[in-house]
Amino acid sequence: MNLTLRVWRQAGPDAPGRFETYEARDVSPDSSFLEMLDLVNEDLIAQGEVPIEFMHDCREGICGTCGMMINGQAHGPQALTATCQLHMRTFSDGDEIVLEPWRATGFPIIKDLVVDRSAFDRIIESGGYVTVDTNSAPDANLIPIPKETADLAMDAAACIGCGACVAACPNGAAQLFTSAKVAQLNMLPQGQAERYDRAEHMVEVMEEHFGSCTNMGECEAACPKGISIDFIAMMNKDYRKAKFRGRRSA
Amino acid sequence: MTVLDSRVPDGPLATKWEDHKFDMKLVNPNNKRKFEIIVVGTGLAGASAAATLGELGYRVKAFTYHDSARRAHSIAAQGGINAAKNYHGDGDSVYRLFYDTIKGGDYRSREANVHRLAEVSNNIIDQCVAQGVPFAREYGGLLDNRSFGGAQVSRTFYARGQTGQQLLLGAYQALSRQVKAGSVELHTNQEMLELVVVDGHAVGIVTRDLVTGEITRHSAHAVVLGTGGYSNAFYLSTMAMSCNATAIWRAHRKGAFFANPCYTQIHPTAIPSSDEFQSKLTLMSESLRNDGRIWVPKDPDESRAVADIPEQDRDYYLERKYPSFGNLAPRDISSRAAKVVVDEGRGVGPLKNGVYLDFADAISRLGREAVADKYGNLFDMYERITGENPYEVPMRIYPAPHYTMGGLWVDYHLQTTIPGLFAIGEANFSDHGANRLGASALMQGLADGYFVLPYTIGDYLAPQLGQPKVEVTAPEFDEAEAEVRGRIDHYLGVGGSRSVDWFHRELGKILWDYCGMGRNQAGLEKALSEIPALREEFESDVRVLGSAESLNSSLEKVGRVADTFELAELMCRDALTREESCGGHFREEHQTEEGEAQRDDENFAHVTAWEWSGDSASPNEHREALVYEEVQLTTRSYK
Amino acid sequence: MAATAPERSKRSPFIVELYRSALGKKYVMAITGIVGLGYVLAHMIGNLKLYQSAEDFNLYAETLRELLYPIAPEGLVLNLLRGVLILALVGHVVAAAQLTAMNRRARPESYRSKRDYVAADFAARTMRWTGVIVLLFLFYHLADLTWAVTPLHEAGDTVYDRVLNSFNNPASAGFYILANLALGFHLYHGVWSLFQSMGWNNRRFNHWRRTLAVAFTVVVIGGNLSFVIAVLTGVIS
Repeated sequence: MNLTLRVWRQAGPDAPGRFETYEARDVSPDSSFLEMLDLVNEDLIAQGEVPIEFMHDCREGICGTCGMMINGQAHGPQALTATCQLHMRTFSDGDEIVLEPWRATGFPIIKDLVVDRSAFDRIIESGGYVTVDTNSAPDANLIPIPKETADLAMDAAACIGCGACVAACPNGAAQLFTSAKVAQLNMLPQGQAERYDRAEHMVEVMEEHFGSCTNMGECEAACPKGISIDFIAMMNKDYRKAKFRGRRSA
Repeated sequence: MTVLDSRVPDGPLATKWEDHKFDMKLVNPNNKRKFEIIVVGTGLAGASAAATLGELGYRVKAFTYHDSARRAHSIAAQGGINAAKNYHGDGDSVYRLFYDTIKGGDYRSREANVHRLAEVSNNIIDQCVAQGVPFAREYGGLLDNRSFGGAQVSRTFYARGQTGQQLLLGAYQALSRQVKAGSVELHTNQEMLELVVVDGHAVGIVTRDLVTGEITRHSAHAVVLGTGGYSNAFYLSTMAMSCNATAIWRAHRKGAFFANPCYTQIHPTAIPSSDEFQSKLTLMSESLRNDGRIWVPKDPDESRAVADIPEQDRDYYLERKYPSFGNLAPRDISSRAAKVVVDEGRGVGPLKNGVYLDFADAISRLGREAVADKYGNLFDMYERITGENPYEVPMRIYPAPHYTMGGLWVDYHLQTTIPGLFAIGEANFSDHGANRLGASALMQGLADGYFVLPYTIGDYLAPQLGQPKVEVTAPEFDEAEAEVRGRIDHYLGVGGSRSVDWFHRELGKILWDYCGMGRNQAGLEKALSEIPALREEFESDVRVLGSAESLNSSLEKVGRVADTFELAELMCRDALTREESCGGHFREEHQTEEGEAQRDDENFAHVTAWEWSGDSASPNEHREALVYEEVQLTTRSYK
Repeated sequence: MAATAPERSKRSPFIVELYRSALGKKYVMAITGIVGLGYVLAHMIGNLKLYQSAEDFNLYAETLRELLYPIAPEGLVLNLLRGVLILALVGHVVAAAQLTAMNRRARPESYRSKRDYVAADFAARTMRWTGVIVLLFLFYHLADLTWAVTPLHEAGDTVYDRVLNSFNNPASAGFYILANLALGFHLYHGVWSLFQSMGWNNRRFNHWRRTLAVAFTVVVIGGNLSFVIAVLTGVIS
């Protein structure tokens, strides 16, 4: 199949960007979206043009590195699918595909379709963990955890940190990412000791970098792992409780 | 040739590690902050080591070429992690896990290391649960287990099909806590391009910032490499795109011996490639073999549709050759059997490069719903990638490079042949022998990072108390940086006609054809002449565009592929030298009448560790004898 | 190199600090929203008296001034209620403005290509604009019916007369209908949204939140629109 790509090219963080048009020829419908970009890059290199930089690594939908806006949708048109798992049979011969990087203040553009998502790491550093030193853990089966709770925690923990939630959110908010970690740890017995501090600190660091939630649900729809916005409500509750209970440590 | 000293402590196997922990020199808690440690790589091994060293009070600098420590390829491990908890009372024990691992590795691993691995496996589960890793649970709320290939007990802990992800995120979160606490300085988007050795000791590294192109020197009292394996030498593998061997190869060139490079694992159940431009192979969980039946048509010229091929024209070759294990034969054996039928021209699919994994029987026996319950996610993933519905037509699978048991040679302390340089996780060679069992990679990475290295490194550091680290202005740093800059300038200046990926793909083909699932003398010799020839072409005809001062993935790749050329040569040389078949290393000249691997314990019960000589064509060979005090060497049989 | 999260600045009274956070502002949006919801529902129910008779309706309007009289001075309770409503309105608008400003900062450069929304419905994406329409209408509505300063009315008109005058004027009736449609979208998203913001979340009941939002919107807007239709069709005259 043959396609026309309109790709955002930007030489560096402060350089002006613009859309460039490229033709992708003889693309196999069985190839992945990123392999199609590889092919375009091979052509560019052959022509002596600098190839398109895009984010990718594991190419099996788990590392969370890949991601771009494809025709106005984060990770493209297929639900529950990261960019790397999108395949060309989703498109038709002759299609025009528009590629743009994630856009948000918290995700500054580095080059072309590559953005800096380190703000997510700042959020995790502010409380997305259980404080337990190596070698100080009790036996793993000491605390039974209801299967239902463990399963729900796993639903939240499935987040791959790709940033599609922020990219898709009309407000550039990171509530889905943050709440997935807050909810996972706050619903498990291991996370109780730091429950309210965690909610408070993570929400506040999140708000330094990202917008606020207006409950539109775009994040949930864009999430390749189907993380539910119910977790956002859980986080909002814990944050409120944290404030009202005055549980802040001095 | 020297015989290497593995520094395995004396005493009975069962108490070696505990006794040795007491015997090792300690660094007083208040003195730990006087030591700086560099950890390269933030996968399971690197992140867990950096976090634990930080907790202990050392000053740690952690480096990853990813944009975040959460992206390492450990994240892609699906199945689970083994531990000898015996929660299910089915007779598991530390000794049994130790024994299974030694046997699974085809008696080519070091007893003392493997026993220590089995011992700390239980601590890993405790630690991860305490971190909030959401392992699967039973209705009573206790941890669930499943069984995995190569074991007769249920000892695999799992978190859906995302165990690696959850364990990595646990380690990443522990690391993040130390970053917040200030004990770990995390450097993201930084790739290690050179190791710096002063007076025979590893004292630092030179890195390139992948975003800005800045070259930086870092010095410390010790350097730890947790940079993973080298399966990407094959180009098509289940590795992530950026997995590479540059860190360990640079260390090798500075004096670290490389052990058993030919021990590579080919996983039997990946999705076959669909075209020339495929960039990677995707694994389908091995658990599918529990209910799927593997077959190919008997006739190479079969042209009927799958459903129209009658039973008598199908060859269920695993069930035929291995009646007792059938479709559950171990990884190396299943992989080779698939290669045999595809080489006979009986492969299936448009490129005739796969075998069927058929669920028709399971669906008619258990019902479509029950099958969907067990494997629904995997079926969906398969359909997403291939566009075929595995409920209707059989899956197509084919083996793919997946893990490398070889790596930097390390002693019992996980120290390489360069004092002060340690290697952990897949980057070292130590625990899996010639074949790794399922659910053991996660175990080893975390064992090294959480429970072994943080103690053994103290033994190296303690005598250095009071000595400042080497300054980055030392001449050795000048040389290392000049070397790095020289390489970058060289590749940007070649101005050839072919992309880096083209060369990588060609190299991968040579390696796959001659040093893949089946190896023989003629093929390996051919590879050893073709690789340097291709390398020469690469040096003069590679095209790298763009600049060194910004994000430039071609530039990143070119250095990695250059190192891979040398490593690929060493893999072939090692495979040629090891005149026996064992585990993942199958020399066609050394097989039984039934076509099974034939070990030669008399001549090859040793580790081969290669020393860089300055010329990739003539490395120096060294050996570590493998002495088995506890287990009897027998022939693996899965008939 | 990675920096760590900055330490928090000095502590203020918790309510101030709570409001400083975006989530605190969301709570304000939700709570003031609930006040507004109570108001629009009561307003609609009260106005159902239009269907009884002019006397009943005028009496109802008058009685509102005399709530709790003579326990409290005439008009006090009504003015207190008005005070609460004004405060809620101001809180709602100010918090919304601040949150909007924050969200603009979170993405100062919007996408250059056309967005293709999947989940965000019309109501969710137009909250800002439906809110503004309702606010503008509110001023008009007060000027028209409470203060009677629009040219539609003559001296001596009762409240009932004013309603009829207003609804019989096409422009005025049109604005009323438009504002109610806007209010409908605003209510629909607001009702479901406040559960999320307040963290009132229970997996067993979560699917009722959308149903409740639809039901509440239909009742209030249905009632409100019925008045103008009744006047225009002559059911009320």
